[in-house]
Amino acid sequence: MTALPSKTDKKLGLVIDLDTCVGCHGCVTACKGWNTQNYGAPLSDQDAYGADPSGTFLNRVFSYEAEKSGCASQTVHMPRSCLHCEDAPCVTVCPTGASYKREEDGIVLVNEDRCIGCGLCAWSCPYGARELDREAGVMKKCTLCVDRIYNENLPEEDRVPACVRTCPAGARHFGDLGDPDSDVSKLVADRGGFDLMPDLGTKPVNKYLPPRPKDQLDTAPLNTVADEPKGFLGWLDKALDKL
Amino acid sequence: MHPAPSVIIFTTFSGLGFGLLAWMGLGIPDVGGMTLLAFFVIAYVLAAGGLLVSTFHLGNKKNAIYAFSQWRTSWLSREGVAAVVTLLLFGLIALARIFMGADMAFSGAIGSVLALITVFTTSMIYTQLKTISRWNQPLTPVLFLLHAIAGGALLAGEVKIAGVLLAALAVVMWLHWQQGDARAANRGSLGDATGLGHLGEVRMFESGHTGGNYVLDEMVYRVGRKHAQKLRMIALGAGAVLPAAILLLTPAGHATAFIALALHIAGAIVGRWLFFAEAEHVVGLYYGK
Repeated sequence: MTALPSKTDKKLGLVIDLDTCVGCHGCVTACKGWNTQNYGAPLSDQDAYGADPSGTFLNRVFSYEAEKSGCASQTVHMPRSCLHCEDAPCVTVCPTGASYKREEDGIVLVNEDRCIGCGLCAWSCPYGARELDREAGVMKKCTLCVDRIYNENLPEEDRVPACVRTCPAGARHFGDLGDPDSDVSKLVADRGGFDLMPDLGTKPVNKYLPPRPKDQLDTAPLNTVADEPKGFLGWLDKALDKL
Repeated sequence: MHPAPSVIIFTTFSGLGFGLLAWMGLGIPDVGGMTLLAFFVIAYVLAAGGLLVSTFHLGNKKNAIYAFSQWRTSWLSREGVAAVVTLLLFGLIALARIFMGADMAFSGAIGSVLALITVFTTSMIYTQLKTISRWNQPLTPVLFLLHAIAGGALLAGEVKIAGVLLAALAVVMWLHWQQGDARAANRGSLGDATGLGHLGEVRMFESGHTGGNYVLDEMVYRVGRKHAQKLRMIALGAGAVLPAAILLLTPAGHATAFIALALHIAGAIVGRWLFFAEAEHVVGLYYGK
């Protein structure tokens, strides 16, 4: 059924630190690599080496610039992927039951053996987190690396989503956001983690940590002390003017 | 939103077909025998043909049978179920009326209600989407239902009723655009979408991808917005105002009804194209669009 579970035992998700992310796109590449070789249909590319390449990705990093008048601008890199919403509209709109939210850990997944590729779930998602794979014709989305996090064939340090494992800046954190004592929940509480577009009522599980405020120069720039060149440079200036 | 031809054809023609069935359930037009058969064939070709065309844009048609399973939560699934039940019931009504001369008044009335429910479920697929504020308004189902019953009345030969309904449609089309514009204007800014508004004015520095992708093609389609005003006038004039004027002001006749029908269908297709093409999805904010 595409009914949402009334509650989930855990709320596994990501906490993304916008202060720390350097916008290297390492998570994008790691995600594409892992999810092309594992869960479900591979993430295909179209015209990959041609003039108009495109492809399916489950995670993309956008860069924004914020500026208050009179202050220096601030660049913020924002990785965006599925937020595994508690009230996920993509699940309830699905006509086939392919889109579902797991009761045990809250992960939102697509059962590709049921998906008809109608695209309605992508229409219902405010975050652009779902992309229809043009080769397989099924909807692809972040699985929170469900095939890594419980995989006992992997060393323990690798049992986190590929994006978290690869992040060189330590900007991505994985854990149970339903447990107030978990590291991720404490991080969210300490840093004032926020939801994306909360007014749409999706109740995202993933949280973003806001960039720390940047300090501003409060002294005026130094006065110009030498408008007119003197000495040798002054002579050179006049000599060149006369030429 | 990307105006997929299959979805435009589906919503326009199956709406028209179910609209005609809604009148036929009530015994309008009052004909029998081969004439009635011809009416049923027209209604079925429009309704079932439209539904069939709607499957053309599916990425994975082989799983289509599952689409009838989630009627408890999904409007798209409800639409599939409602359409099939309606068509099956009208199949029985058609057999009984054409070959046995039965009235089938009661089951016909139920069929009419089901046909309208089917159109309503179609409209709810779009109305339910909070991400597209232009569609997420109470007038969207009214717009779809009026299209269906006005077009259906025209096909059923009830030209004066059709004229009045088309005049009402003109008013609803205009109100839907006014409401839609106001709602679309309130969809927020890049600062709201990113939650970075407190840092100042937020602008896009670099997109997450240099090439195209599904999200851009499907949900950040903006071609329709350039000529939106002109297309609205065409949709309003051809789809509702002109046919209403023809039907209400000229003596009833096959020629005028045919001209009104042709105008209405052309206008409805333009209007439905615009319905998709000018709709702004909230994800466009993340692209600064």
